[in-house]
Amino acid sequence: MTDKTKITLTVNGTGHAIDVAPRKTLADALREDCGLTGTHLGCEHGVCGACTITVDGAPVRSCLMFAVQAEGADIRTVEGLANGPDLSPLQQFFIEEHALQCGFCTPGFLMLIDGTLKQSPDITDDELTEILSSNLCRCTGYRNIIRAARRALDHARTTTEPAA
Amino acid sequence: MPDTLDRTIRFGSNSGQPMTRRDGIAKVTGAATFTADNTPDNVLHAVYVPATIARGRVTSLDVAAAEAHPGVTHVLTPANRPHLHGDPEAKPTMFSFRIEVLQDDTVRYAGQPVAMVLGETLEAATEGARLLAPTYEMAPPRVDLDRAEPYDVEPGGFGRPTGASHGDIDAGHRAAVKSVDVTYSTAPQYHNAMETHAIVAAWDGDKLHLDVPTQALSMSCAAYASFFDIPVENVTINSPYLGGGFGSKAVPIGPNILAILAARMTGRPVKLMLTRQQMFGPTGHRGATRQRLRLGIDEDASLTVIDHDSLSETSSFDDFHEPAAGASQGLYAAGALRSVHRGARLDIGTPGAMRAPGEASGSAALECAMDEMAEAAGMDPLEFRLKNYAETEPGTGRPYSSKALRDCYLQGAERFGWAGRPLAPRQMRDENGLLTGWGMGTALFPCPMFMAEARATLRADGSALFETSAVDMGQGALTALAQIAADSLGLPVDNVEFRAGHSSLPDGGVAGGSGHTATAGGALHAAGSDVIRQLGEMAAADPASPLHGAGNASFVARHGRLYVDGDDSRSEPFADILSRAGGADLVGSGSASRPPETAAQYAMYSHGAVFAEVKVDPDLCQVQVTRLVGAFAAGRIINPKLADSQLLGGLIWGISFALHEEAHHDPVTGRIVNADFAGYHVPVNADVRGLEVLTVHEDDPHVNLLGIKGVGEIGIVGTVGAIGNAIWHATGHRIRRFPIRIEDLLKA
Ligand code: FES
Ligand code: FES
Repeated sequence: MTDKTKITLTVNGTGHAIDVAPRKTLADALREDCGLTGTHLGCEHGVCGACTITVDGAPVRSCLMFAVQAEGADIRTVEGLANGPDLSPLQQFFIEEHALQCGFCTPGFLMLIDGTLKQSPDITDDELTEILSSNLCRCTGYRNIIRAARRALDHARTTTEPAA
Repeated sequence: MPDTLDRTIRFGSNSGQPMTRRDGIAKVTGAATFTADNTPDNVLHAVYVPATIARGRVTSLDVAAAEAHPGVTHVLTPANRPHLHGDPEAKPTMFSFRIEVLQDDTVRYAGQPVAMVLGETLEAATEGARLLAPTYEMAPPRVDLDRAEPYDVEPGGFGRPTGASHGDIDAGHRAAVKSVDVTYSTAPQYHNAMETHAIVAAWDGDKLHLDVPTQALSMSCAAYASFFDIPVENVTINSPYLGGGFGSKAVPIGPNILAILAARMTGRPVKLMLTRQQMFGPTGHRGATRQRLRLGIDEDASLTVIDHDSLSETSSFDDFHEPAAGASQGLYAAGALRSVHRGARLDIGTPGAMRAPGEASGSAALECAMDEMAEAAGMDPLEFRLKNYAETEPGTGRPYSSKALRDCYLQGAERFGWAGRPLAPRQMRDENGLLTGWGMGTALFPCPMFMAEARATLRADGSALFETSAVDMGQGALTALAQIAADSLGLPVDNVEFRAGHSSLPDGGVAGGSGHTATAGGALHAAGSDVIRQLGEMAAADPASPLHGAGNASFVARHGRLYVDGDDSRSEPFADILSRAGGADLVGSGSASRPPETAAQYAMYSHGAVFAEVKVDPDLCQVQVTRLVGAFAAGRIINPKLADSQLLGGLIWGISFALHEEAHHDPVTGRIVNADFAGYHVPVNADVRGLEVLTVHEDDPHVNLLGIKGVGEIGIVGTVGAIGNAIWHATGHRIRRFPIRIEDLLKA
């Protein structure tokens, strides 16, 4: 159980060669071995969504996955959302809509929405509410989070679809 | 004594603006570092073993098995725990609690630490903790408040609330032509900030460095220092961001002390992060209550008596009684008014202050009882409250420092569309046949001020640095306080650097009681004013300044220039004044607290009115809150964007209190059976719709220099009752326990 395994995680396009115990969660590996502490841990049992990242484009609870399972996958975390100093539209909308208070749940929500934007950009308001209900915000900024998410979805549609 | 405080403040350039939060970029990029993000070199990971019984003692721990696990370095038990200077049964600060730090093998509640394991990795320490496999000698746990033996609370400060009695209570009861006598229950709730408690402790000789989230930096330093017998200045705390606090992160908890002890014992930094399950143990909670309300009215529907008796749980070994009956003290005019606090000891962790302590629970019961009284009177609930509106504080007769509650009622009702609400229940259905009901509640929250200090530094280039150990736990202190600071110097906020969240800064006081913006903001304002005063003296004395000789006139600061008050032709940029004086920084300091005479003279509260719509499935009894409108009067609003967000968060906490949150104890072991996020329910996005808050204009010349009352907690108050009353209006059933569950309505 305690023997370590050498793996390489590809996070935000960068390879991280790390040496982890097979029982180490992906969340802990990202935080401790890759030094990417933007991914937060709120429950470590898959309910709160604070640890949400995307793996091959899909939102995933990184506390429910072992690091060794993610080798070879395209892992994205909150640290990879911005393009250098330029925030992504979603990040910008989060700030403008005041979709964060303490900010502890924020990376999870951002990655949940980022994955949703890419997987199903055409979802309805009701579907969006359902999806956003998979993460908790105790502070609680739900109304502003949904507004920021809606703006990001609308923005993605208008900028990817050719003008009619 | 002047009737109003001296107010020479010019506000509006920064304060009052809906600025976006200054820490926004750090928080959306993952750059904001919370305590658990710190992992120093050579760190040891600590994991503690929580008791799985609520009463008894530990009879064995398999220390050998834990120590044999690869990577485990130390096992701390009562048998080998190093000496601790401070007495864990003493309370070093006024807000402290007794703590468990392995002082003996006694278990006094489930979740109490009974051992701690240190390991080279978190995995090793976790496995070592599991291998300890404690056995217990168990006594029957006392976890049922309804079977406990109540006693009268001995008043004595924090956790031992005083009661009140005004007027002739018996006469009030006798004079009633109609009355209600009802008992409401509220459940134990746990703060559960999204960031669990965490600490990274490192010793350097007799100096202690801590990364730890705290709502009260200097108070925490004092408490930690007392436990380890070191001067308070030897303790440094770094707490730049809190992932929520809600009252649970104000004072050191036992596990933190153990982590610090472990660091001293091993000579290595120690990191401890509580699991979500451990957030139901030594971290405080909102204690359950049973509240009996007896109200009476005369022929005219005026209240003859409000008689509020609150029984609340506390631990077997310490006192925190929810000050719930206090919620009845400042609100409605009544001929006679009594509030009584009783307690009962259970084998649970000591409760504590949780967002809107006292008022949240107390108003849940009071506002429902008021609704029942209005029903008995045959009156609209809003009309009944207006009928019993208090123009001065009931009982004491003190004037309110300000009270725009009537505006809250009227504007909130207007926005909600309250007019035309049928008096009788079960009259409204929506297009899908769902029972629809409207209810309301009044909100009240006191406006405490603590004590804070701040430093302002005007730099030669005309920019400024402000410093105070204030705390941003999500509410937006880093932004709102910077706005106040900038206005004190007449600078745009972008020219102001603001440092907070570290114990080396001037004491920023406590982020609690909804009093942080007023207190730390007052200190920042005073520090800025001190700079302006010095600048004015320099300019007036300097023959080269256009302000030379104007020392008898006052000065005002605007856009980085100093002006002679009332004479815009005479002014000079700050930078010029400083540069002629040699270009050194100009440092000012200030402090804020409430003068005792003002505190005695006025009753100071924020107010609000909350209107709720619920829809209830007539067959399944599923409840959905479909609309909530809250109108609040909370004095000056420094940043409407942040304030609205605080109030909205409060409304959602109200939904949570009314419909979701409840910790359940297993009667056999005393353990909380739903101690995680799967079993302990809090609202998600789909539970929350149609929320609206409005802030009513309110000028308060007395509450403090800046006229700020605070918005962090009042959003919950009134909301719980409004939802309960709306459920009655929809269904005709009075459910007198919170949270209201489907089965309560099915059985009703
Ligand atoms: S930490 Fe992974 S879901 Fe909560
Ligand atoms: S912003 Fe604090 S938990 Fe969401």
